[in-house]
Amino acid sequence: MAKPDAGAVTRGAAVEPRADYFPHGADVGIRGIGPTRESAFEQAAMALSGIVTDIAGIEQKASVTVECQAPTDALLLVDWLNALIYRMAVDRMLFSRFTVRINDHRLQGEAWGEAIDRRRHAPAVEPKGATYTALKVERGAGGEWTAQCVIDV
Amino acid sequence: MDITKLSHVSDWEWQVEPKGDMRVPAVIYGDAALVGEMDEKVLEQIVNVTCLPGIVGAAHVMPDAHWGYGFPIGGVAAFDPEEGGIVSAGGVGFDISCGVRTLVTGLRRGNIEPLKRELADSLFTNIPAGLGSRGKIALDAREMDAMLIGGARWALAEGYGVADDLERIEEHGKMEGAQPDAVSEHAKTRQRAEMGTLGSGNHYLEVQEVTEILDDSVAAIFGLTRGDVVVSIHCGSRGLGHQIGTEFLREMVIEAPAQGIRLPDLELACAPIASELGQRYLGAMRAGINCALANRQIITHLTRRVFGHYFPEARLDLLFDVSHNTCKEEWHEVEGKRRRLFVHRKGATRAFGLGHPDLPAAFAAIGQPVFIGGSMGTTSSIMVGAASKPERAFASACHGAGRRMSRHQALKHWHGREVIDELAHRGIIIRSPSSRGVAEEAPGAYKDTVAVVEAAHVAGLARKVATLAPVVCVKG
Repeated sequence: MAKPDAGAVTRGAAVEPRADYFPHGADVGIRGIGPTRESAFEQAAMALSGIVTDIAGIEQKASVTVECQAPTDALLLVDWLNALIYRMAVDRMLFSRFTVRINDHRLQGEAWGEAIDRRRHAPAVEPKGATYTALKVERGAGGEWTAQCVIDV
Repeated sequence: MDITKLSHVSDWEWQVEPKGDMRVPAVIYGDAALVGEMDEKVLEQIVNVTCLPGIVGAAHVMPDAHWGYGFPIGGVAAFDPEEGGIVSAGGVGFDISCGVRTLVTGLRRGNIEPLKRELADSLFTNIPAGLGSRGKIALDAREMDAMLIGGARWALAEGYGVADDLERIEEHGKMEGAQPDAVSEHAKTRQRAEMGTLGSGNHYLEVQEVTEILDDSVAAIFGLTRGDVVVSIHCGSRGLGHQIGTEFLREMVIEAPAQGIRLPDLELACAPIASELGQRYLGAMRAGINCALANRQIITHLTRRVFGHYFPEARLDLLFDVSHNTCKEEWHEVEGKRRRLFVHRKGATRAFGLGHPDLPAAFAAIGQPVFIGGSMGTTSSIMVGAASKPERAFASACHGAGRRMSRHQALKHWHGREVIDELAHRGIIIRSPSSRGVAEEAPGAYKDTVAVVEAAHVAGLARKVATLAPVVCVKG
């Protein structure tokens, strides 16, 4: 699958936000990397969209807001991704841009996208849920934040 | 998996002796090649399962196992509520009661061959598949609750199916103990437009030819002869099950410390069976099972309509419907004592042997049909419960080929168009909304079903009955 937002990781604030993937036996591992925790969460959401379709083909015509709260960063990531999966299923939308604000384990997010066009988007899979497998939200020695988990599809 | 870490019980059975926090052994079924090919994570995950409270006997790994979530896919474990046993939302998974049902059409390969393209198009048009598809049945709140209580019985009352179907479904089409009140409004909302939809990923509807009979007497009772055409439907509880899994996993992860449960892996999130949370999950999960049974029943109805258009003489009798992501309350003999247990089968099929009291009358003398799904270009198998004494793995068998390659790797190996063209060259028609989805599900990304079925047969999990080859495959 195409990387939605490729770029080199450099140290500290110069970290280029990017979405990436890692293998899982049955499903797909997604990973967001960025200079801040919020950026890593946004990129993880980009990676989530990228397992469904090429995100370059998702127009930003409408937005939805998402709020969640969890006791840890890791659980907050799962909640954020599951909230997006829920919106994808119920609103029948795909998203290609995200903003995240996190304050004291309370997340406010916005996702921009459009209604699923089955012919144009040709969705490859339907995400069932974000899992706790390979779940990690952490800041690396180089200052970059990583937010990752496996998505059950 | 490094088999030198395992005790060799036989050429088809391996064991990990209890050590550290393990409460029981882990038993792995398969020959050295299959077990050796399993991801190391399978071993790590099944060892974690053996550490859960109230586990009984042993934790079991089916020959098709692969790296899952908490439990390996192909993992079986049973828990005793009288000994602090747990129920695990992770042990059931997101796709509650995902399963397979097979319909016997009464048609021969020669009957469908001239019309298979039209048949494929019509099945693809009439059975919603893939993300963004919508079912034609919208349920209001009252109907939703009735469906969650009634399962396939509800579907039949709504006009989807025939009375004879019910006896050919586990739990006779209705899982008792479902509690719609334990299912969130979010889960119900997510399901509202998804009744009678196939889903995506490895879910499919396949028209298949019986190419091999391996047990004449059982095949005769199943109504199968070589050259017959059957239809197999693989799907589950759709958005409702996914949402129940999501919400209860979260709640169980957060509640585990208060319940005195140490989770070796968050995905093993669980609660004591004898707790409010455990009981609430069981009520919701059973509602999820009914949703899956109703969903497969509606898809069966749609399939019958399509076949009826092209082949008015076709019957499409239900052979059987099995679920493979469940936790069920069952009685099993463990160390000479009959015990009431909560058996988790994650990517594993119940496989009751002959004489089991819960079998429908039609199968009492032979055992429960077991379906092993292939992958588009590979064969599927029909097996029957083995009736081994003592029973193996709490009367469970494998459920599919199991992946040998991740989706990511598969995309590097294949393009969807090439897969579709190559299969067309072999006479297999694929219909899917997504070329990339087809590449991710390429037959080569899966293990060889023949080896998995042979292992299940020799290990005494289930017995071989028939082999099926794909003719038409509708993928989500």
